Amino acid sequence: MFKDKAPVLKEGFKDGIPIGLGYFAVAFSLGIIAANAGLSAFQGFMASLLCNASAGEYAGFVVIATGAGYLQMVIMTVVANMRYLLMSTALSQRCSSSMSLAHRLVLSFYITDELFGITIARKGKVNPFYTYGAVVPATLMWASGTAMGIIAGNILPLRIVSALSVALYGMFIAVIIPPAKENRVILWTIIACFILSYLSAYHLPFMKDLSSGTRTIILTVIICSAVACLFPREEEDA
Amino acid sequence: MHSTWIYIMIMAAVTFMIRALPMTLIRKPIRNVFIRSFLYYVPYVTLAVMTFPAIIECTNSMWAGVLALVIGIFAAYKNVSLIGVALICCLTVFISELFIL
Repeated sequence: MFKDKAPVLKEGFKDGIPIGLGYFAVAFSLGIIAANAGLSAFQGFMASLLCNASAGEYAGFVVIATGAGYLQMVIMTVVANMRYLLMSTALSQRCSSSMSLAHRLVLSFYITDELFGITIARKGKVNPFYTYGAVVPATLMWASGTAMGIIAGNILPLRIVSALSVALYGMFIAVIIPPAKENRVILWTIIACFILSYLSAYHLPFMKDLSSGTRTIILTVIICSAVACLFPREEEDA
Repeated sequence: MHSTWIYIMIMAAVTFMIRALPMTLIRKPIRNVFIRSFLYYVPYVTLAVMTFPAIIECTNSMWAGVLALVIGIFAAYKNVSLIGVALICCLTVFISELFIL
């Protein structure tokens, strides 16, 4: 039912290469964190291949590092990946109603910020073969970058590890800042997040004794509830 | 003692469920204003909370992390791509630590 499978697949593959190169650098810094959590290179490779989620995997590795329970892993993974609920909802509106369940499931598996971005940026209904083409270089470099980070994180000079370790946070910053330019509520929410996160990490009694994963969950629920009550979004866009 | 493989399986299963549920089940747009607003703000809040103060804790010098945060925000403000901002932050830390350390 989808036209031009082969050329569309090839087009996607080409667009996936620059994404993969960027993923490699970010995955490398994720690998350093995974190594600290005690993962082997193979475990890191598999985690990245199966999850395809920067923030989600980061949050997960933090949970593993602290040795928290499985329930906390479930909650943490839900919170850190909540934005994919929105992307998946948005993507579902652009899929032909005749798209098979199998295509929907495979596409869902690969909803990352960038792959979602290039998929939704194409005109018309979603052609899953374009995304599949991009998935190949992107996820292979994502997974191998994680494995390399775990292996080489301990071999590379400290200076280089230190520099690479901020790649992940740089990517987070690049996701949250551009919308803050146009939306004052988001801008002030981010500022409030930085302040509250800093205070709860070092100063607030009770909060400062929790693991950083638990702190993220609590802060997310409290801040989002407060902002959603104070500044509800009436319009349909978003 | 928890198994790393079970942790990874939980991560993979939960992540997939979150992505697959709307694509397969929810065909109607969500109407509840609070839930919609809550979901809308979640990515910004979670990523902001996870970025700071972690970004100043992971570098050898705390000040290199602070500088990476400030320059990263500036680059993102100028609409540099996700990957571009990530690389600029790395370079900032590398160069500034040559002077600081």
